[in-house]
Amino acid sequence: MPERIVRIGVYTCHCGSNIAATVDVKAVAEFAATLPNVVLSRDYKYMCSDPGQDLIRQDIRSHALNRIVVASCSPHLHEHTFRTALKVGGLNPFYFHMVNIREQASWVHENRVQATRKAKDLVRAAVRRVAFHEPLKRGRVAIHPDVLVLGGGIAGIHAALTLANAGKHVYLVEKEPTIGGHMAKFDKTFPTLDCAACILTPKMSAVRSHPNITLWTYSEVVKVDGYVGNYKVKVLRHPRYIDEDLCAGCLDCLEACVYKQAKVPDAFNLGLSKRRPIYIPFPQAVPQVPVIDPETCIQFKSGKCKTTCVDACGERHAINLHAEPQAHEIEVGTVILATGFQTFDAARVPYYGYGRYGNVYTALEVERLVNASGPTAGQVVMRDGRTPQTVGIVHCVGSRDENTHRWCSRVCCMYSLKLAHLIKEHTGAEVFDFYIDIRTPGKGFEEFYQKLLNERVHFVRGRVAEVTDWVLDPSEEGRLVIRVEDTLAGFVRRIPVDMVVLATGLEPRADAPEIRRLFNISCAGEGFFLERHPKLAPVNTFTDGVFLAGCCQSPKDIPDTVAQAGAAAAEALALIDAGYIETEPNTAHVEESLCCGCKTCMSMCPYHAVSFLPEIYKSRVNEVLCKGCGTCVAACPSGAMRQNLFEDDEIFAEIEGILTNA
Amino acid sequence: MSGAYGYFPGCSLKGAGVAYEESLLALFRLLGLPLAELEDWNCCGATSYMSIDERSAILLSSRNLLLAHKAGYRDVVAPCSACYLVLRKAQDYMERYPRIGKEVHAALGDGDLKVLNAIRVRHPLEVLYTDVGPGRIRQSLVRQWHGGRVACYYGCQMVRPYAEADRAHDPMRMDELLRAAGVPTVDYSLKTKCCGGSLTGTTHEVGVRLNYALLREAARKGADAIATVCPLCQYNLDAYQREIRRASHEPFDMPILYFSQILGWALGADTGALGLRRAISGRKTVQQWFSERRVEKEAYA
Repeated sequence: MPERIVRIGVYTCHCGSNIAATVDVKAVAEFAATLPNVVLSRDYKYMCSDPGQDLIRQDIRSHALNRIVVASCSPHLHEHTFRTALKVGGLNPFYFHMVNIREQASWVHENRVQATRKAKDLVRAAVRRVAFHEPLKRGRVAIHPDVLVLGGGIAGIHAALTLANAGKHVYLVEKEPTIGGHMAKFDKTFPTLDCAACILTPKMSAVRSHPNITLWTYSEVVKVDGYVGNYKVKVLRHPRYIDEDLCAGCLDCLEACVYKQAKVPDAFNLGLSKRRPIYIPFPQAVPQVPVIDPETCIQFKSGKCKTTCVDACGERHAINLHAEPQAHEIEVGTVILATGFQTFDAARVPYYGYGRYGNVYTALEVERLVNASGPTAGQVVMRDGRTPQTVGIVHCVGSRDENTHRWCSRVCCMYSLKLAHLIKEHTGAEVFDFYIDIRTPGKGFEEFYQKLLNERVHFVRGRVAEVTDWVLDPSEEGRLVIRVEDTLAGFVRRIPVDMVVLATGLEPRADAPEIRRLFNISCAGEGFFLERHPKLAPVNTFTDGVFLAGCCQSPKDIPDTVAQAGAAAAEALALIDAGYIETEPNTAHVEESLCCGCKTCMSMCPYHAVSFLPEIYKSRVNEVLCKGCGTCVAACPSGAMRQNLFEDDEIFAEIEGILTNA
Repeated sequence: MSGAYGYFPGCSLKGAGVAYEESLLALFRLLGLPLAELEDWNCCGATSYMSIDERSAILLSSRNLLLAHKAGYRDVVAPCSACYLVLRKAQDYMERYPRIGKEVHAALGDGDLKVLNAIRVRHPLEVLYTDVGPGRIRQSLVRQWHGGRVACYYGCQMVRPYAEADRAHDPMRMDELLRAAGVPTVDYSLKTKCCGGSLTGTTHEVGVRLNYALLREAARKGADAIATVCPLCQYNLDAYQREIRRASHEPFDMPILYFSQILGWALGADTGALGLRRAISGRKTVQQWFSERRVEKEAYA
């Protein structure tokens, strides 16, 4: 029950000179003292400081205050601080209202008289509203200790291992038949040039053998219900037609396939080699279990194969050609999304000749070419069988470009430098790097760039205009010509090369919108998943209990990805180990006697927080899912939907307060 | 007059590019597509104005759009790439910049801008591709091609910045239409490069050098002729060939044709009505190629 006699204390903050320079703080405080129900009005240099908070605590006792208004900065910053002060002072923390006279007055106005008047109006509104405030209580939600990690690249692997090592059970779900992600395709990593497989595969094996990790490859999340602490997730495991529990990883079935020659383009090698219909993506794949691709397997297509693979497997009976997809329902308290990226499709920029000229490659293809376990066993041999004498690397393909993607993909400069080094090492070729700016902001990155300069890689500053086969000079015959304005030399150059490498940028995966819908998270304009705050909550999302790691959030290199994965794991651990979270009480609730069961609220709710109870024909709000956006409250035609801290009395009082200009 | 395509010839098709008009009218007549010339049309504003005074260029073009609207045409066909671009640009600017829209409105003293923007400005190559299509061209063949290989040259203005008539960086519609008519085309990397435009008249050397590159690469790719969609491209490549030949000591004598001449001939237009005798370069080749030879009906049955 609200206190019958309202006694309001108003505190106006100077915020150093942030507010006081533009708003006459003393005048605001004096004005507040004249308002009805206000028994005390003070101004103070820093209300958020300990002495400032002490003022509130002491005044509550000495002046028997039962409502507090603080006029200072944004509630995003200090609402929690002041509510806590109320609580310590013995008041319900929701007998409080905060007025933002900094971001909404002093910082955005220049005229001191008018800014002061606005501050007074805002304070009057708060004083009127706070009289109607009621005591509210925060709820508690228990957190299920299990975690879902979606995506088995380096981000997902690192997050899963961190959590598992802390004793939590992790479900690691990966779409591909193996974990490892993009990193498994790389040869060396910049700037240290250590072998990607050598540092990645131990972690992959650790995932496989960790008792706290349930690894589901070739699987997808198809449904998510619930809320922070209590997610119910449905995972669909696609049949690989080889039983993971029975298979020993001997790979005899591969050799036994009736396809003596591999004929299917190998996706892991980006189509640079062929595989059989039964295959393992790469030698260190985890799990070490082959997959049958029903699109190309004769048995699946015609049913008339001799199924020599089944014979080769023999007594193990690991091959089951009649396997069906399996659905698993799991319960987890928190989720880490580590779904990664895709590389920009170079065919979208036809003037760079990808797909038209055989010797134009994407950087990821060249990663496979220089990789000892790649399609050419590490030999840089072009599609026409030659070894290049001259190579041009084109930076910013699908990055920093008005026509494709405007963002910098962050990793391309460094991987281009790395490829320049590796190509030189493998072939002795002359290498040209065509760049707009060289961006090397990382530990040891600039030093790596210097090393490449000393290795005599030619750096040409300018965005490449086109890669073409038209010949102006006999020396260009049979080669690819890179046309570029050399902006340092100040003229247009034509540089003939044998091989072109396009440093394609990173973009959101094509299925990112689906993932966003499943987990109810947002994206920024370019499609990468949106963090809750770009600086202070970089791995949180706006959905509680769902965290981000790696390139699904924005392009980043391996060190940053691993750091972010660790941070996401730590955030999940913090929730799990707290055991519960407190919920904000500013949620909507249904006045059942007024609800007519029209369900308007359900379609409006962006958080799926409203459900319908057919037996009583009423809507009900799940207060854990509700974010207090108020959409349903505004939409409800019968006024049955109400919201704590936004009751009609409170809102009308506030509006009147603003508009009653003395 | 609705139903017909409004036809905006522009200055070129009445002057140096008259062969384009002759062949285009003949071709469209054969296909049963009526081209009706706008009455009282004026300069599109392209070469003379666009680079010096955009506003005037747009005002000029908007008057042509108004004429088309008043005459009841939904589509305006502009064969010259420069006209096509300026008409399209006028619409785009009116829509994007309210200030320009207001000026146009004031200058015309009439004309609902929405109506002007609703008119579809089209290039005849796109009309042929979309409204007729390679399939119908293939079925309507009357003469069998016995000429050489052709490099399809689209120039810069038809596909940029508005990639509506074809793809901006790798247009293929002329290639597809000509192949449908049995004409072999070559992979021509310079298909959207600059012909120099009016530079041949102002900064002559630069303009001629650009045309040299175009001719040389076409020859290198095995083309015996170049097909164009724009009177200025055609003129530059055709009229300066002798000069280029003398300066480069390379024996160019390559016919520079309009795509409409080739298609019109293949579909059976009167050879005399295609403006072929107006060719400057490669006259002998033109004479040989465009002699009478009917399609063997059985072979195409």
